[in-house]
Amino acid sequence: MWDYCGHSLDIAKLRGATYADVRVMHHRQRDLTTKNGEVGTLGQMESIGLGIRVVVRGAWGFASTDQMTREGVAACAAQAVAIAKASALAKKENVQLAPEGSYIDSWQGPCRKDPFEIPLETQLALLLAADEAMRRINGVTLTEADMQFRKIDSWFASSSGSKIHQRRITSGCGIAATCFKSDAIQKRSYPNSFGGQHILGGYELIERMELVKNAPRIAEEAVALHSAASCPQKTGTLILGGSQLGLQIHESVGHPIELDRVLGQEANFAGTSFLTLDKLNHLRYGSSIVNVVADARIEHGAGLGTFAYDDEGVPAQSIDIIKDGEFRGYLSSRETAHLIGLQRSGGTVRTEGWNRLPMIRMTNVSLLPGTWKFDELIADTEDGILVETNRSWSIDDRRYQFQFSTEIGWEVKNGKKGRMLKNPSYSGITTEFWNSCDAICDAEHWVLWGTPNCGKGQPMQTMGTGHGASPARFRNIKIGTAFANE
Amino acid sequence: MSAANKSSQKVTPVSTGNPRLRAERELRHIADVVLRIAKARGVPGTEVHVEEVIDALTRFANNIIHQNVAEHGVTVSIRTILDGRTARVTTNRLEEDALRAAVEDCLSLAASQPKDPSLLPLPGKQRYRQVNRFTAATAALSADDRARAVKRACDLAEKNGQVAAGIFSCGQSQTVLCNSRGLFASYRQTQAEFSATMQHASAASWAKANAGDVRAIDPISLAKTASDKAARAKDPIELEPGRYTVILEPAAVLDLIGFLFYDFSATAVDDRRSCLSERVGKALVGKNVTITDDVFHPEQLGAAYDGEGMPRQRVTLVDQGVIKNLVYSRRSAKKARTKPTGHGFALPNEFGEAPMNLIVAGGKSTVEEMIASTDRGLLVTRLWYIREVDPYEKIMTGMTRDGLFLVEKGKLGRAVRNFRFNQSVLEMLRNVQMLGPSHRASAEESFEMVVPAMKVTQFHMSEVTKF
Repeated sequence: MWDYCGHSLDIAKLRGATYADVRVMHHRQRDLTTKNGEVGTLGQMESIGLGIRVVVRGAWGFASTDQMTREGVAACAAQAVAIAKASALAKKENVQLAPEGSYIDSWQGPCRKDPFEIPLETQLALLLAADEAMRRINGVTLTEADMQFRKIDSWFASSSGSKIHQRRITSGCGIAATCFKSDAIQKRSYPNSFGGQHILGGYELIERMELVKNAPRIAEEAVALHSAASCPQKTGTLILGGSQLGLQIHESVGHPIELDRVLGQEANFAGTSFLTLDKLNHLRYGSSIVNVVADARIEHGAGLGTFAYDDEGVPAQSIDIIKDGEFRGYLSSRETAHLIGLQRSGGTVRTEGWNRLPMIRMTNVSLLPGTWKFDELIADTEDGILVETNRSWSIDDRRYQFQFSTEIGWEVKNGKKGRMLKNPSYSGITTEFWNSCDAICDAEHWVLWGTPNCGKGQPMQTMGTGHGASPARFRNIKIGTAFANE
Repeated sequence: MSAANKSSQKVTPVSTGNPRLRAERELRHIADVVLRIAKARGVPGTEVHVEEVIDALTRFANNIIHQNVAEHGVTVSIRTILDGRTARVTTNRLEEDALRAAVEDCLSLAASQPKDPSLLPLPGKQRYRQVNRFTAATAALSADDRARAVKRACDLAEKNGQVAAGIFSCGQSQTVLCNSRGLFASYRQTQAEFSATMQHASAASWAKANAGDVRAIDPISLAKTASDKAARAKDPIELEPGRYTVILEPAAVLDLIGFLFYDFSATAVDDRRSCLSERVGKALVGKNVTITDDVFHPEQLGAAYDGEGMPRQRVTLVDQGVIKNLVYSRRSAKKARTKPTGHGFALPNEFGEAPMNLIVAGGKSTVEEMIASTDRGLLVTRLWYIREVDPYEKIMTGMTRDGLFLVEKGKLGRAVRNFRFNQSVLEMLRNVQMLGPSHRASAEESFEMVVPAMKVTQFHMSEVTKF
C-alpha cells in the first residue's frame, strides 16, 4: 500500500502539486438483520481504493480510484492535479494550511473480539433469539434486530513525510418491537433507535448489550404505549435519557461548531451556523454546569469518533467546546485553523472512504458528567417529564430551532417516576435550551453513544460520531409541540 | 528510505481527460467469470450485479471553488442460493482469485442461516423495454467546463453583492445483471446536477436542477433565479405560527411526498409499518391527486428492471384520491397472490420494494396564478430536515428554508422568518386547491420526481425560528 501512496504522491508533485496527501483504505463490512423471526439482510462488503488530495496553483483537487496498480494510481494523481487546475479558475486566495508535524506511526483501536472471526451462526442465533423473545409478547406486530460490523484499514501519506496506518473496528447492534393497533403505530427500540448502539470495538459490545434479556421489556412497552396517556402540551421540566441527550448534543452543539459550516462552505446543503466567529469566547452557550468537549483520544472512550490521527494526519486531541457554559471552541481543519487564530488544526478532518474528500466532522462531542445520581434527580423533580429513545429529530439550517420526539416518556410527580406517556416531543432554541440545564447525572450514568449515520457533504458522506452523555434535566421547555394541532 | 523515495521520478504519461465507462462486454465478462466459478463450485443459483460509476462534482462557496472531486469504481455484487438459503457479498476486487473468494464467502454466509421455506428460486430470462438515458455531452463534461459555469455563477453573485454556494456535478454509470438461469439485463445512464444558494446579507435563496442530459440544465439561469429571490428574501418579518394557505414550489412538494414512497411497498403494508395499512382501496386524499410510478416517463431516470431483474411496470398508486395499488417484489407478490411489479430491491433485504419513479399528475395553474388567487398565504421555496413524527397519520416535521414569502391580496409580499411545520402529508393531499404542470424536480431530502407546484390550505406552521 505504501508503494501506491508514494507513487501517487510523486506523480502529483511532479505535475505541480505544492502539497498532496493520499489515503489507501480497505473497508470491510458485515450487515445482519432479522425481521419477524426470519433473516432479512445477510451480506458482506469489501472495498479498497485510493484517494488523493492535492494543492496546485493554490487550489484543491481530489480524485479517487479502485485501480490499484501503479498505472491506476498515477492516472488518479494526474486527474487530481488537472481538477485542482480547474479549481484555480475560480479562486481568490491560495489555500493556506496550518503547520503540522510529520508522523510515522501505526495504531489499532481497541477490539477484544474481532466480530469477523465470530461464527455467523452465533451472531444470527443471538438476533433470532432476541427476535423470538419480542414476538412472544401479545400485540407485537413487527420485530426487528440488527448487527453491523466494520473493519477499516487506512494508510495515510503526505508530501510532508507522514506515513500513518490505522485500523478501526466498529460494532453495533439493536432490536426494535412495533405494535400497530387501530389507528396508530408505536415502536420501542433498545439500546437505541435507528440501529442501536455503536462503538469502536468488537463483539464484546454485542455481548454486553444483553439483547435477549431486554427484548421482552421493550416489546411490552411497545404494546403498552397504545394504552398510555398522550404527552401533555405545556411548558415545563424535561429530563432527557442519555441516548436522546446524545442526539441533542449532536444536532445542537456538534453541527453548529463545525468551522466549515460557520464559514459558509456548507451553505448550499447542510446549512450554516448561528455560531458566527464573533461569538467565540463571547457567548453563554449553556448554564454554568454545561461542559462539552470534542475529544478523539482513546482516553475519552472507545467511540465512533475515536482515532489516533485524523484524515489529514493530525494527532487526536481534546478541545474545549463549552467550558462552564461559555462557548470556547470550534471543530477545525488545517485549512480553517488560522481563521480563528489557531496555530494548529484541532484534528477533526475525516473521510467516509477512499473515494470521498476528507472534511471537518464531529469526533466524540460529549457533555461531561455532572454530580447527580439518577434516583436523586428524579427525587428532586416535583413535576416533570422523563423521555427516552429518539423517534424523530429536526433542526433548522443555522441550528437555532429544533424539535425532537421520543419513543416513550413518563410523568415525574413529587419525586417519583409515574405513568407512561405516548408520543412525547419537545422543542426549543439551542442556547435557551442549554442555558436551562440545571442538573446532569454523574459518571456512573455516562455512556459514550454512537451515531453511525451522520450525513454531510456533497457528494454525501456518512460518518460515525460519538456523544458521551448522562441523563440531564432542563427547565421551562416547550413540551408536546409535535402533536399540537393549532 | 520510504517507498515514496524509491518511486520513479519520471512523469508517467497518463491521460488527464474524463475517464470513460468500459465496454459493456467487459462488465459482462466479469459477471460470466463469477457464474463460471459458482457453477464449478456446484452452486445451484447465482446472481451477479456488476456496476461501474464515474462521478465528478465541483463545489463552490464564498464565490470560489473550495472542493472539486472525482471518483471511478467498479463493484461486483454476488448472491448465491443454496438449499433455501441466500446471502450477498460485494467487492471491488476484480481479479479472479478475489471473485472466487467472494463466491466462497457468499456460500459461507448463506450456509450459516436457517432454511427459508419461502425463498424463491432465481427468475429466468425476461424481456425489457429499452430506455436510452446516456448522453455523450454529459459524459464529456470536464472539470474545466464545470469550473467555467461555476465562475459565471460566482461572478453574478459578486455583481449583485451576494455570496454563492453550490455544486455542479456530472456522472455516468452502467450496470449489468445476470443470473445462472440465463437472465441478463443491462443499463447505462448519465446524470448532471447544478444547485446554487445565493446569500444576500443574512437572507438566502436556492435553485436546483437535475437531468440525464446536462444540456437540459442552465446553470446561470438557476443562479439568477436564486439571486433574485435572495434579494427579495432580506429583512424577513415574523409571523405568528398557525394554519396557512401555502403555495409549495415543486421542490417542497417533492420532499414531502417523497416520505410516502416506502408506504406503497406491499411488504411494508404486510408488516403493518405503512400508513396505508388497512387503507388500500380507500379514498385517503383529495380527488385531484393522482400518483403513478413510471420509470419510462421521459423525465425519469433509472433502469427498467428491479434488483432481481424483473421488468418495471407502470403502476397507478393513487387514482383520483383513492389508494389504488401497491408495488410488489416477487416475494411479496407471491404472498399476496398477485404479479410482481418490478420494484423489488436487491435480495436479501427486509424492506421488500418501493416505487422509485414517482409522477404526480399536475394541473394547469402557474405559481403566479396561485399567488393571484390567494388572499393571504405563504410561498414556500424549499423545505429542510424533514422527519417523521407519526408514521400512521404521516405527520412530518421540518423547516422552511431559503425563501419564504408572504402572499397578500393576490400579490407576493415581504419575506417571512422561517417556520417549523408539523403537517400530515395525507391531510395535505386532501387540501390541495390548485396544481401546476408537472416537471422533473430536485431537492435534498428525497429523490428526483416529476411533480407540480401545489396550493394547499390549512398547512400547519407550528413554530418560528430566528431568521
